[in-house]
Amino acid sequence: MLKIDNLHASVEGNEILRGISLTVNAGEVHAIMGPNGSGKSTLARVIAGHQDYEVTAGEVLFDGQSLLELEPEERAWAGVFMAFQYPIEIPGVNNAYFLKAALNAQRKARGEDELDAMEFMSLIRGRIRDLDMDPALLNRPVNEGFSGGEKKRNEILQMAVLSPKLAILDETDSGLDIDALRIVANGVNALRSPERAIIVVTHYQRLLNYIVPDFVHVLSDGRIVRSGGKELALELEERGYSWIEAETRPAAVVA
Amino acid sequence: MSTTTDTIEALATQEYKHGWSTDIEADTLPKGLNEEIVAAISERKGEPEWLLQWRLQAYRKWQTMTEPTWHNVHYPPIDYQDIIYFAAPKTQKDGPKSLDEVDPELRRTFDKLGIPLDEQKVLAGVAVDAVFDSVSVATTFKEKLAELGIIFCSFSEAVREHPELVREYLGSVVPYSDNYFAALNSAVFSDGSFCYIPKGVRCPMELSTYFRINARNTGQFERTLIVAEEGAYVSYLEGCTAPMRDENQLHAAVVELVAHKDATIKYSTVQNWYPGDKDGKGGIYNFVTKRGKCLGDNSKITWTQVETGSSITWKYPGCLLIGDNSVGEFYSVAVTNNMQQADTGTKMVHIGKNTRSTIVSKGISAGRGQNTYRGLVRVNPGAANARNYSQCDSLLIGDQCGAHTMPYIDVRNTSSQVEHEASTSKIGEDQIFYCRQRGIPTEDAVNMIVNGFCKEVFRELPMEFAVEAQKLLSISLEGSVG
Repeated sequence: MLKIDNLHASVEGNEILRGISLTVNAGEVHAIMGPNGSGKSTLARVIAGHQDYEVTAGEVLFDGQSLLELEPEERAWAGVFMAFQYPIEIPGVNNAYFLKAALNAQRKARGEDELDAMEFMSLIRGRIRDLDMDPALLNRPVNEGFSGGEKKRNEILQMAVLSPKLAILDETDSGLDIDALRIVANGVNALRSPERAIIVVTHYQRLLNYIVPDFVHVLSDGRIVRSGGKELALELEERGYSWIEAETRPAAVVA
Repeated sequence: MSTTTDTIEALATQEYKHGWSTDIEADTLPKGLNEEIVAAISERKGEPEWLLQWRLQAYRKWQTMTEPTWHNVHYPPIDYQDIIYFAAPKTQKDGPKSLDEVDPELRRTFDKLGIPLDEQKVLAGVAVDAVFDSVSVATTFKEKLAELGIIFCSFSEAVREHPELVREYLGSVVPYSDNYFAALNSAVFSDGSFCYIPKGVRCPMELSTYFRINARNTGQFERTLIVAEEGAYVSYLEGCTAPMRDENQLHAAVVELVAHKDATIKYSTVQNWYPGDKDGKGGIYNFVTKRGKCLGDNSKITWTQVETGSSITWKYPGCLLIGDNSVGEFYSVAVTNNMQQADTGTKMVHIGKNTRSTIVSKGISAGRGQNTYRGLVRVNPGAANARNYSQCDSLLIGDQCGAHTMPYIDVRNTSSQVEHEASTSKIGEDQIFYCRQRGIPTEDAVNMIVNGFCKEVFRELPMEFAVEAQKLLSISLEGSVG
């Protein structure tokens, strides 16, 4: 589904990603881990098409199509979703209205019928319950005045409603207490399916107790320095990131 | 993102959608202004002597005044002798008795503007008094309103048919000596609307007027007067568009509202005059004096305005809160894009006891637009327990525009309470990216964010106007985000 090949990206002239290659197939859950500043969030944003990042080399294919040539909204229409690390507030714009506009923009772009208000409400009602969200949040402005946990749940609600092919969760666990973490993880797990791929970007192993990945990749200094199964995350938890960095740094210099 | 930039470029260079000019022969006075011209205007309109004298007094006063310079708008000097002060469509001379008699060319122009002059509009509940080139052309629903004793007609007709009312109220809220532009208007005003709601009557439909500037080099000097007697209610809508121009056009209107005891007047404006091209060439100068007098106890006046047009907007719809417990409200959205400049706000003067006022101002600046909120809240010594709440929010789009807030607060007693809140925010690239990541394209995202910002004002507008206002806003801001 997603094939990243030798991806280099920089922001304001500083190279952050220095040759990432990664293949994610439908039905798989990949965890991207790494210390602060390793490029995890940059990778997520580059896939989503954030304007601050310049791709200097490499390719990202999504279902065989070059993602890098698409505008951010076109990537969304193709089925790419990113849950933001810091969800954005939009004052005065009703949360439910925003989500309906997003869903209908995507449906329209894909040549599907737009949902009317009734159809939309019946679609989201169950999702809200699953996420243990206060329905009143639907009538509040997008993310404005939401607690950290409410914002993250709102992201998962959007993901559930938009039902993307590829979901990237950018540090969705940060700022969540253990109950909220479990609810969010359940929300994500409910979306696991053979047609869908999920990339979980996280600093801590904790989230991976709840969203168990098929693969774990460790990012350091803009490169994937180690890949493995879910046990790699446990090893990181125990030993920290430094041992991997210590092991790989000399090799990187030689390369 | 080069494709986005191209699209935005294309949208930004889009021509003003209402720009055209209708080819109708106009009965026009020569350029320039002097007592003879003032007299000629009055004569052409068949006015009584007292009104001619009033105009002449205004003209003489105007001559002693100097154009104000305190505002935060800049424009080349206006040559007042290079302006035509009166033009009327020739076919109007005998006055159409019905819509069938209206010049077909004129009707087409109205159709292009979407002005509803036909029976369909009954369903929408709107009566239209259309002003075309300074003279009212057709008035609908008058008979229906007449049954209730409501007078809704052109200003000229009011002078002919109801001179005692006009004489009583004309200049009673905005005296001709009020300011430079009001004096000019008082001397040369051509036409406008007059509305009188008798005691205890609730006007059953929204009243609306569409102003339109047409004949070349003709300044428009509209005069509107609305009187609501005790316990009366009226909601009045005013909307404007204008054809494209090469030279700047001066517009100096005066609107006076009088609310007696327990009366309510809602005055809503959607203003979409030609703002000039992207370099600011050719737009309308809009110097307007609007004021309402809450004369009686428990009276209420609400100004709601959406200002998207004009190259220069200079207006401060205000309320004189004279009656005890009277209420003044001002809800405003002002947009400046490209080279547009706006210096707008309100004046709330608390005179009676327990008077209340609310000010919600939303300024949106894009392109190289400059947007100034200027507001006065004054509480007189006798206005015990007066309250005011002001909220002034500015939204910036891009990094070459400006927002300025100049609140003046003058409280002269100790029992009153005045609150002022102000904020300035920028449409962030992060907000746009968030929307786009969810599948909402940039233009739609900007509209959504701007409409969210203006929500508190839009909900004060009558439904059909709110829809129009949102549409106008999105047209005005097309291509403003790069």
